[in-house]
Amino acid sequence: MKTALTRRDFMKVSTLAGGGLLLSFQTGNALAALLPKDAEVFQPNAFVSISPEGLITIMAPNPEVGQGVKTSLPMLVAEELDADWTMVRVEQAGLDTRNFQRQVAGGSGSVRSSWESFRKAGATARQMLLEAAAQKWGVPVSECITRNGFVIHQPTGKTLNYGALATAASGLEVPQEVKLKDPKDYNLIGRRMVNVDAWNIVTGKMPFGLDTRREGMLTAMVARPTFGKKLKSVDDTRAKQVKGVKQVIVFDNKVAILATNTWAAKKGRDALRLEWEAEGTPESTENYNTAFAELIKNTTQEPKRNDGDVNQALSQADKVLESVFYAPFLPHAPLEPMNFFAHVREDGAELYGPTQTPARTRTEAARVLGLPEEKITVGMSRMGGGFGRRLQADYSVEAARISKLAGVPVLVVWTREDDMQGGYYRPAGMYRYRAALKNNQLTGWHLIAAAANSANASRENSFPAGVVPNFRVDSHNYQSPITVGPWRAPNHNFIAFAEESFLDEIALELGKDPVAFRLELLEQAKTNPVGHVAYDPTRYINVIKTAAEMGNWGQQGVKGIFKGFGAHFSFGTYVAQVADVSVQNGKVKVHKVYCAVDCGRVINLSGAETQIEGGIIDGIGHMLYGEITFKSGEVEQKNFNTYRLIRMPDAPEIEVRFINTNAEPQGLGEPGLPPIGAAVANAIFAATGSRIYRLPVRLPGEHSKRSF
Amino acid sequence: MAVFQLNVNNRSYAVDVDPDTPLLWVLRDELNLTGTKYGCGVAQCGACTVHLNGNPVRSCTLPVAAAKGNITTIEGLSENGDHPVQKAWIELDVAQCGYCQAGQIMTAAALLARKPQPTDADIDTAMAGNICRCGTYKRIRKAIHLAATKGGAR
Ligand code: FES
Ligand code: FES
Repeated sequence: MKTALTRRDFMKVSTLAGGGLLLSFQTGNALAALLPKDAEVFQPNAFVSISPEGLITIMAPNPEVGQGVKTSLPMLVAEELDADWTMVRVEQAGLDTRNFQRQVAGGSGSVRSSWESFRKAGATARQMLLEAAAQKWGVPVSECITRNGFVIHQPTGKTLNYGALATAASGLEVPQEVKLKDPKDYNLIGRRMVNVDAWNIVTGKMPFGLDTRREGMLTAMVARPTFGKKLKSVDDTRAKQVKGVKQVIVFDNKVAILATNTWAAKKGRDALRLEWEAEGTPESTENYNTAFAELIKNTTQEPKRNDGDVNQALSQADKVLESVFYAPFLPHAPLEPMNFFAHVREDGAELYGPTQTPARTRTEAARVLGLPEEKITVGMSRMGGGFGRRLQADYSVEAARISKLAGVPVLVVWTREDDMQGGYYRPAGMYRYRAALKNNQLTGWHLIAAAANSANASRENSFPAGVVPNFRVDSHNYQSPITVGPWRAPNHNFIAFAEESFLDEIALELGKDPVAFRLELLEQAKTNPVGHVAYDPTRYINVIKTAAEMGNWGQQGVKGIFKGFGAHFSFGTYVAQVADVSVQNGKVKVHKVYCAVDCGRVINLSGAETQIEGGIIDGIGHMLYGEITFKSGEVEQKNFNTYRLIRMPDAPEIEVRFINTNAEPQGLGEPGLPPIGAAVANAIFAATGSRIYRLPVRLPGEHSKRSF
Repeated sequence: MAVFQLNVNNRSYAVDVDPDTPLLWVLRDELNLTGTKYGCGVAQCGACTVHLNGNPVRSCTLPVAAAKGNITTIEGLSENGDHPVQKAWIELDVAQCGYCQAGQIMTAAALLARKPQPTDADIDTAMAGNICRCGTYKRIRKAIHLAATKGGAR
């Protein structure tokens, strides 16, 4: 395979102080770095340097949040470089819009958008090493090959390692055209590679954001308002008496306590006497639930999708099915709570910590600090999870504000309680589905959704869009003071549960096997599509068939264990799952999940598998337990004793199979999660006859504190 | 403030802190042993697990005044990161974000010391206090079984 570097590709080579080869690679317009920064349009690129000792340093420009990009992206470079992986050191890059693009952990997009450019970076370096060796030997380049960190002259068998060629290669011109490997020659891609930080993690040496320690740094904790409250009065007399407390700063409707250590900061904050007053009517769960129920009675002016005439289909149907599904607010609750380090000086600022969007952090900090962006550096620590929470810049900008006001370097630490209460939650919403059935066919489908602060609470092009002749989606936006944001697989994380549950209801009504029914619809999408079809029906069919076969769908299993099915397409990836579930004394137990995935080519098999497994476990945990409720603007679940997360005894066995691995690589961090809710709920129905319409799951007879 | 003598990873330290300071913050802020993590502060997540005289304890709720005896943190579990549990964790590539793993490893090491060949039920019971938000439970279970074959009880 040959890939021409376009004119707009920007390459530069320079000699390192030590005489090594430094190669920076950038695709896209170099000027893009100067354009307004929109995280989604950033293009990727990579850095590789080789020392004369043969040590290869590959920069990992993307934020590592547990999704594995710090391992998988450098693998792409190393593959095309034909590097010896044991000689590769991966280094986390900071925000660098001049050399890197799309330094974002979101949208399951890192590999998808970087696949080509990372490989080109490695291939370019490899070609220069080949040329350097050929010159040294005085032989044609065509007689040389590379293998595992060496250039080999085939006719004579002479070899030189990359380190020995590094200085010579750095004097060469950058090739305009590089040859990428034929996938059949891959040595690294597709293999199981251990996370590059594994050793540091298991020995406690891996620094996370909360572990940041700097000269003269103070630790800050902040008293923040609940939703819709305003700071009325502050009495900090007792707080200031706490040993170690250095400063109390009132700012932006908050109060920061700066202290010499975390415990003093916490005690200082606990000792504050604050009065808050309500602005308007603070939000409670009953309010928004009542509002949703009202909104979903009617359509909107502007449907998100409207094929055929759904009203006619509903009025002419033999039978109309109607179900309403309910999604609660969810916190992200990454295990490492929010935190950020900031050192703001007169002439610039250093920001460092866990962020999924360093560029956004810099832009927002620049605005708040009144500094030009080039005066602000943003470094990225390994993150103790994110799930979308660290796409926001509130906590990093807050740290910058405090450092500026206090005039010292500061690490702002959120307690778990702060983190749970100061979230950007997965929006709560209500989803009303109606299906028109006529002549034993699904002829109409109408979703009216309403969700908090969501311009579009649906995924209007998700299956079965594209196969139902009359198909309409409406979405109401309910304005709430509660802040919301993307949460692992936004919208997909709930609509997959609702739609795959509703499809089961329809299949049962039509007397069809749920899997056979989906396959029948998808066959229609192949031969007789309706409107825009966002997915490839053939790939969809293949994952469904594979999962059904893995999970022995349709066969009598162990007594007391029931099967449920779910499938969903998101971020370019097709996932189908069969869940084996039992229900005893009102307790749901997921025994095993069989999962087929078509994400195209798998880069790191170990990393890919763990993303899918994690998504499944995450999805089960949230469907069984996850819910945030509000009372007068206050979050009712403040820590893990009242907000339950899934634990070891609830984690099922999981079998994952990747198929169609010759296609272009697609997203992996998110797609494993969406289908599992429906697979488990459909199995619960098979076991008990109870259909789950509201999450988290409450079976009849269970005590419920739920207000809806 | 008061001075406390602590024995951590076979070294003695004297720290001058408030008696109610949780051991966690003494380790992290005074001794700069940041491998022990904060996740909840209320003994719910296990991220802060250390050994006190060989038993797994939640350092976030253990006041320093009560931390009497030998304390082992993740940094002191082995000399060179070669405890069988650590080795199994690497071999099976357990970590995703990695934040919970120090606590998971300390709990698992204590389990194996007590029960060299744990069953799945033993693992469920022992590990139920350690949350992994990334959902690496399947690999944790497998790694504990693997460590057991590597002499994890040492
Ligand atoms: S931090 Fe101690 S148990 Fe969570
Ligand atoms: S690996 Fe992320 S919390 Fe366990």
